[in-house]
Amino acid sequence: MLADARTVCPALKAVPADPAGDLAFLEKLAVWAQRWGPWSALDPPDGLLVDTTAAAHLFGGEARLLGDVEAAFSKRGLSVRAAIASTAGAAWALAHYGTRGTVVGPGQDAMQIMRALGDLPVAALRLDPDVLTVLRRLGLKRLGDLGNITSGAIDRSGQAADTAGRDALHRRFRNRKSPSANPLVRLDQLLGRVPEPLLPVVAQPVPMVQRRLMEPIRHRTLLDQVLADLAEDMARELEGRGEGARRLEAGMWRVDGEVIVRRLELASATRDPAHIARLFEEKLEGIEAGFGIETVRLRASWAEPLAAEQGDVEAAAERHGTSLSACIDRLAVRLGPDAVRRPVARESHLPERAQSWQPPLEPAPSASAPKNHERPLKLLDRAERISVLYASPDGYPQRFRWRGSVHDVARVEGPERIAPEWWREKSNVRLRDYYRIEDTIGRRYWIYRSGLAGDGRGGVPDWFLQGIAS
Amino acid sequence: MSKAREARWRPGLADGPLHSEIFASSQDASGPGLALALACDALAVAAKEDDPLAEAEDRRQVLWVQDKRAVQLGGRPYHHGLPPDLRDRLIHVEATRPEDALFALEEGLKCRDLACVIGEVTGNPRALDFTASRRLSLAAEKHGVALWLVRLDAEPDLSSARMRWRASAAPSRPPLWNGDAPGKPAWKAELFRARSHAPGHWTLSHDKGQLAIRHPERPFIAAQDIGHLVRPTVGRSLAAVARG
Repeated sequence: MLADARTVCPALKAVPADPAGDLAFLEKLAVWAQRWGPWSALDPPDGLLVDTTAAAHLFGGEARLLGDVEAAFSKRGLSVRAAIASTAGAAWALAHYGTRGTVVGPGQDAMQIMRALGDLPVAALRLDPDVLTVLRRLGLKRLGDLGNITSGAIDRSGQAADTAGRDALHRRFRNRKSPSANPLVRLDQLLGRVPEPLLPVVAQPVPMVQRRLMEPIRHRTLLDQVLADLAEDMARELEGRGEGARRLEAGMWRVDGEVIVRRLELASATRDPAHIARLFEEKLEGIEAGFGIETVRLRASWAEPLAAEQGDVEAAAERHGTSLSACIDRLAVRLGPDAVRRPVARESHLPERAQSWQPPLEPAPSASAPKNHERPLKLLDRAERISVLYASPDGYPQRFRWRGSVHDVARVEGPERIAPEWWREKSNVRLRDYYRIEDTIGRRYWIYRSGLAGDGRGGVPDWFLQGIAS
Repeated sequence: MSKAREARWRPGLADGPLHSEIFASSQDASGPGLALALACDALAVAAKEDDPLAEAEDRRQVLWVQDKRAVQLGGRPYHHGLPPDLRDRLIHVEATRPEDALFALEEGLKCRDLACVIGEVTGNPRALDFTASRRLSLAAEKHGVALWLVRLDAEPDLSSARMRWRASAAPSRPPLWNGDAPGKPAWKAELFRARSHAPGHWTLSHDKGQLAIRHPERPFIAAQDIGHLVRPTVGRSLAAVARG
């Protein structure tokens, strides 16, 4: 498809679709659009509804308000079709199928709305495609056609024919309860005869505290003091919302306009100011203050619910040592988040795939362990190649050389054959025969032979040492 | 002499030291294996002595710190090979430098939610001098968290550890049903410096979650002779039995 299109138009620019990103953007836009009215609602995938009731006069009337909307969107590089009407349905219809910037003014009744919208196609009713097909087959193409039949208001001469048509239409759609499947409900919503509840978007402000400093600071101790104060403020802010921070961002505005941002991730939700200040001390190493820092701001961009706790019940225990999450935070800040991890089981037969690593305080996934098979205490990151002496290519190993020293095999158990995972590996990956061995002085290892002699996937099989047993 | 202050060390003693060092080669896993076995033994003793109001099952985490060289030489702990009760409560820390490893060990010792800390440090880094080891001892004794520090390929230098072991691999006892297979892990352990015990040599084995001393003078109980599993048919073939 894309290749065909590119042959026609070589300058074509292709961008992968991102529905989740679009929706997130629309949510942000909906919050931003509340500048024109007290609340707004999403109309996915590409629409916004803003309630401008009793707000238009602030912009100097509806027409001026629409002009303001167009200007604001074009300034941000977005193209927009906007319309104002007394119901959400009518505004939608005008924005999608009407002329640009139409205002169906306030204080108009259903008749006047109908007259203004009569020429629009029935698709302006926000209907499902199959309903549109039905209406087209019935010959109802415009809103006016539908309105004439259902109300019979405009032309009262053929009274009998109209009532017959209305009854037929009611019968046709009497089982359709959903508004988008029933043109009669949609028409009533458009004319304001039935209420249409909308789900407003409510902005969730991120907890944020900041300090503007009278004198720019250039020294570390002062900066630490400011951050400790901010951590106190943040703790109060978070406590009021019943939340704890998982991610904190400290922004420092320098006098010359540069912004330094330091980000901190926490293993579990916390709002302990001393803990936060201590972790930031580690993060503030090597900050270039320049001519001084004049504003410091702390944002909790990821917060989780954290119930308020009674402080002094376990005060003795609190004084004695740190909690596990505080310990992990300190380790992760100094050693990096990838250095502190927990091994968890994963569903796989391959030994190195049967274990994965995850952050220490996340819940472990459930996976079954291999039954009745002994596994070594430690596994090397990469299996190391060894040279093995054996009596027959498929037989037990007798002696091997690993890291320059020779081990004589005294006892051996095996093979435990583990086939490659054909559903995710190439077809020439060889099976493995694992042996648990013990050498003459009692060192225990876990070695494998990769492949069989003559399995058609390579030459003579290689031997590897993968695990060291205690 | 009371039982707790017995001169001769044996597994299951109550006054377990809070800072022990185990010197071992990086060619095998006898060091970490013995450290884990001793830690499990100490935890079991502590659980037995605890008050009855304590939780039935110990769910505290175990911190395992390795420096980078120890990861390269000996590999990382493997989930399916760990003792079953430690499997789901292990937190692994990989430190690039010995200083970072010591920092992680000390932070772990200060944490009240950890059962014990196991460390693996390769060689004799400059950072791990007597002062550093004294810091670890003091932190462990202040907070009551036990530290088992495995020193891979290291010389036993000056240290304040309360018990110092030298571990190497020992041939395991053959399992009952397959005499040719490797058995449950066993180590030759030499206690060469201890505060409250006399030095000595032991062959220790860790079987069914229990640390036990194996007496070398007693011979192996090889695969026991169970006797004939099938009753012998005397003088007659099976076919004859079936016919008759």
